[in-house]
Amino acid sequence: MMTAFFWLLALFMLLLTLSVRPMGAWLAPLASGSLPSRWQAFDAALLRRLGLNDAGMGWRDYTLALLAFNVLGAVLLYGLQRLQGALPFNPQQLGAVEAGSAFNTAVSFVANTNWQGYAGETTMSYLTQMAGLAVQNFLSAATGIAVAFALMRGFARRESGDIGNFWADVLRITLYLLLPLSIVLALLLVSQGVLQNLSGYLGFEALAGHGQTLAMGPVASQEAIKLLGTNGGGFFNANSAHPFENPSELSNLLQMLAIFLIPAGLCHAFGRVVGDRRQGWAIYIAMSVLFVVAASAIAWFEAQGNPLLSALGADGGSGNLEGKDMRFGIAGSSLFAAVTTAASCGAVNAMHDSFTALGGMVPMLLMQLGEVVFGGVGSGLYGMLVFAVLAVFVAGLMVGRTPEYLGKKIEPFDMKMVALTILVTPLLVLAGTAVAVVVAPGLAGLANPGAHGFSEVLYAFSSAANNNGSAFAGLSANTPFYNAMLGIAMWLGRFAVIVPVLALAGSLAAKKRLSPTLGSMPTHDGLFIGLLIGSVLLVGALTYLPALALGPVVEHLAIWATH
Amino acid sequence: MATTTYHPAAAVTLPRAAVLRPALTLLLFFTLLLGLLYPLAVTGLAQLLLPAQANGSLLRDTNGKVIGSALIGQAFHGRGEFWSRPSATAGNAYNGGASGGSNQGPGNPALQQAVAARIAALRAAHPGQHGPVPLDLVTTSGSGLDPHISLAAAHYQAPRVARELKRPLAQVEALIAAQREQGWFGSAQQARVNVLQLNLALRRLAAG
Repeated sequence: MMTAFFWLLALFMLLLTLSVRPMGAWLAPLASGSLPSRWQAFDAALLRRLGLNDAGMGWRDYTLALLAFNVLGAVLLYGLQRLQGALPFNPQQLGAVEAGSAFNTAVSFVANTNWQGYAGETTMSYLTQMAGLAVQNFLSAATGIAVAFALMRGFARRESGDIGNFWADVLRITLYLLLPLSIVLALLLVSQGVLQNLSGYLGFEALAGHGQTLAMGPVASQEAIKLLGTNGGGFFNANSAHPFENPSELSNLLQMLAIFLIPAGLCHAFGRVVGDRRQGWAIYIAMSVLFVVAASAIAWFEAQGNPLLSALGADGGSGNLEGKDMRFGIAGSSLFAAVTTAASCGAVNAMHDSFTALGGMVPMLLMQLGEVVFGGVGSGLYGMLVFAVLAVFVAGLMVGRTPEYLGKKIEPFDMKMVALTILVTPLLVLAGTAVAVVVAPGLAGLANPGAHGFSEVLYAFSSAANNNGSAFAGLSANTPFYNAMLGIAMWLGRFAVIVPVLALAGSLAAKKRLSPTLGSMPTHDGLFIGLLIGSVLLVGALTYLPALALGPVVEHLAIWATH
Repeated sequence: MATTTYHPAAAVTLPRAAVLRPALTLLLFFTLLLGLLYPLAVTGLAQLLLPAQANGSLLRDTNGKVIGSALIGQAFHGRGEFWSRPSATAGNAYNGGASGGSNQGPGNPALQQAVAARIAALRAAHPGQHGPVPLDLVTTSGSGLDPHISLAAAHYQAPRVARELKRPLAQVEALIAAQREQGWFGSAQQARVNVLQLNLALRRLAAG
């Protein structure tokens, strides 16, 4: 079983690594604003027609534009859900989405979380799926990438007051990157059996003798950007476990690659933009090491199976199959779980709630590390770069030198922004969990008794605040309490991080870029990679180990105590 | 070494341009392009190039009536049929309009009770089988619509099916072998059969 997993992991990492260079070459000109000349005329004309330009913005203007765009997007998405009953493309005649759920979903999709408190096929009309949810799949992804671009420019520019133009960034990222990739991936997915139609649900007498209704819809077009944009909100309730979203082993591999494609390519683009490709590879290697270890751990724990079921007479040699589909098995389900939680995607092809205690803990930990192991499109890179600044700061303290990264002196204002960025999400996760497990409406949602119930709540807040969107889905989260609490966690987890990151970008752009001296610490070698991994693990472990001990660790000990 | 003192105010190089108009313009433009044009164009292409897949990989009987999808499992219960995995979909098993898993945690007593009951039922129906019961036959899938069972689960059921259809076991085993889907990298655990396809082949065998 582990052999099949390691082959799959090796194939996955090989294909991903091969994609890094071409993706970096595609992304870097978008980040540095140097479009290929044959696109320039079209680009200028389009900006003009939309009444925009690409004049540089200071970080405050950039932030203001970003926030306005996202707030208005959320309002629009809320309105669409509430009005869907009166609008076209609604063959199932689904009524308005309930207000609390519509609020939670609007925030969720704008914040690139795509937490789903609802079941797609019984709640959302085709119009809401296409023109509401899928549009925000694109735009929240473009927003994240834009912030990463702004931070790259902060490192690359010298004594500059501008970090780019938000409108031009979002437009170019969407049109020249996300849309073409989505069209290609959507058609590849259809070839594997993913739906793409506008028909009503299909009812018939099944061969087995019972009536069967099959949900239909324009699935592939939404599925493609759900993965490429690390959104993760499925068309159907079962998400990528549903055979109409993810029909085969090949589609499963394509989906996993699509999730990492842009986050991995952005590492290389970063190296290109700052003029030293080794810097990008160092980040990529640090992410890959963390990822490979985490993925292997999940597969190993899942392969151990559930001793409680073996004791009843079930074949324990198959691993843990509750909540997994046979076409993915232990290998395809474990790798997908690692990919989707390392990236802040949140699509699932197996039910994480039914994973073994420790097999379910690793995905939770991957989110709690701050979604920096590839992470969300854009957000993974800017999150990891913040940790890189922390790492050079810590190293600087140890040897008593002024810390600098890529020739930029790291000063008190920068470190304040770094600290804010790193502390926002743990505060949301731990405070949110603490509140939810002591109040009645929080406890009412638990589906599983004992320590696992605590894990469900901890997972929910880890997922929301880190903008992942996957769940221990037994938790009944479509209640006023969780819709509000998780909605707030998702919003602040997204934008209370983006604002200090943009402030950091602005601060860095304004600085001189010093040439490296003999005394500068190299930030592309093994030592730095180790330091970076250490910083990520140290912050994550110190913050979350007590909470994890109360949930998955206790559960694991209880299950294996009798064996 | 010169230090650069950072003045946040200095970063604001432009007058505060109104942000509402460009935000609304872009949202409208994107909603039309990404929300309507893109999915409709992909639908058009898919319907033109890959209509069978885009419409659900449907299987029909000789009269052209839909009897299922090759990708979606069904709740088979007949004594002369191969049975699917248990399903946790809302309402009824294998409800293609409401997918989902049980979400029961590994230590949940409800999971153990359900598995114990399924094992008892399978043992009663397969008196000749004394070993451990294939795990996939007593656990629910993530989608609740899993079209497959493991090869082991098919072999487990083969003697019952052969006995019920009054066919030699070898004939039924041959059908399983013909329907076998190999897992990637030769994984034995992932070797599987599509239950609907297998039962269809079984019906053809019984009819012919």
